This record gives sequence, structure tokens and C-alpha cells, in this order.
Amino acid sequence: MNQKHYESVIILTPVLSEQQMQDAVAGYRGLITENGGEIVHEENWGLTKLAYPIEKKGTGFYHLVEFKANPDFIAKWELTFRRDERILRYLTIALDKWGVEFNQKRRSGEIKASSTAKEKKAVLNALLDDDSLDTED
Amino acid sequence: MARETNFVFNQTPQVLQKKKYCRFKKHGIKHIDYKDKDFLLKFINEQGKILPRRITGTSLKFQRKISVAIKRARHLALLPYVADGLK
Repeated sequence: MNQKHYESVIILTPVLSEQQMQDAVAGYRGLITENGGEIVHEENWGLTKLAYPIEKKGTGFYHLVEFKANPDFIAKWELTFRRDERILRYLTIALDKWGVEFNQKRRSGEIKASSTAKEKKAVLNALLDDDSLDTED
Repeated sequence: MARETNFVFNQTPQVLQKKKYCRFKKHGIKHIDYKDKDFLLKFINEQGKILPRRITGTSLKFQRKISVAIKRARHLALLPYVADGLK
């Protein structure tokens, strides 16, 4: 089978209780495995503030799923999101080889929220270089 | 003479402008994470607009990737579409 590597972030309404949120996520987890996919990684960011209101909500439960699936599955996967009123936003992207590598490193803790051991240092350096940026704004 | 004054007008003589470089090329960063808003914040201005290459020095290849990453982050409400005094 020709499976590809995907990553989805979904934002659930803050109206749900913790338990309801877990149930919703469990449902989606089931959907992946039922369709011959494989969950690689999952992350729950909890209740997070949104940068701008969506459907008059200021916060949302963010949930990240990384999985392998057949490309045909994605249409079905996103259709369920569109039908589900509990979901404020979703984003699914196909990961390229760098993306997969990056996520592996992120998981193994080589990168803190930001970047890989090498990249982490790199990012730090990059941040230090920033004076050059800010002045011209 | 005229040439000299022009020079002084454009840039301070002691601190000659440092050469800009692409930080992704320099540090070997291959993948830009759209979930990392603190990092993306470096490439937008106070109003939430994407900074041009002219200012950041990013190479075209990575500028495209940054702009995609920022747009994804905006969609997920990690970054605002419009802001005032973001920094």
C-alpha cells in the first residue's frame, strides 16, 4: 500500500468538557485505524487561547495527530471534520521527508517546542541575530 | 566630494551594514514548523504582516516556506491575520 505521512491539527470547541473532548478525539483515532491507517504520534495541547475569535470563541482544545494513511482517506477524514460541529478548525498537511525527520526529533526531545539539537542551537543563534531585523521595522 | 556626502547620508560610516544572510541556509534548517509561533514571530511585523526578504535576508526558497508556514499558523489561530502592536 502506498501510504503517506500526514499531520492534522484540529481545534475543538471550548464548550466541551474534558471527557467529551477525549471522546471526540478517540472517535477520530478510531477512524484512522479503521481505514487502515496508523497513528504515529498524538499530542494534546489542552485549552489554548486563539489569536482571534472563531465562532465567537476565544479559546479551543488543540489536538495534533500524526499518522500514516492512504491518500484517498484524507477526503473522508476532512469531510467528517466539516460535518462535526464540535470542530472549529482543522488543518491536514502531508509531510515531506524533512517534515517527518523534524517531527521525530521533536518527539525525541532533541528539539524543545522549537527545533532540533543542532537546529535548536541554530534557532537560538538565529534569535540572537535578530537585532538586525527589528531595527528596520 | 558629492559622492562622499552621499555615502554618509545613507549609512553611518563606523557601522557599515552587516551583510545579510539566510539563516536557514546558514544553520541547515530544512523544515519550518508552522506550529512554532514564537519562531514565526520573527518573520512578521507588528501588524502581523510577513516581512520581506529585503529585510530578513532569507533566501527565496525559505521565504516561500516561511510564508506558507505563517499562513498555516494564521489559519489555526496561532497567529493573527491582523494585529496592532504584536511585539
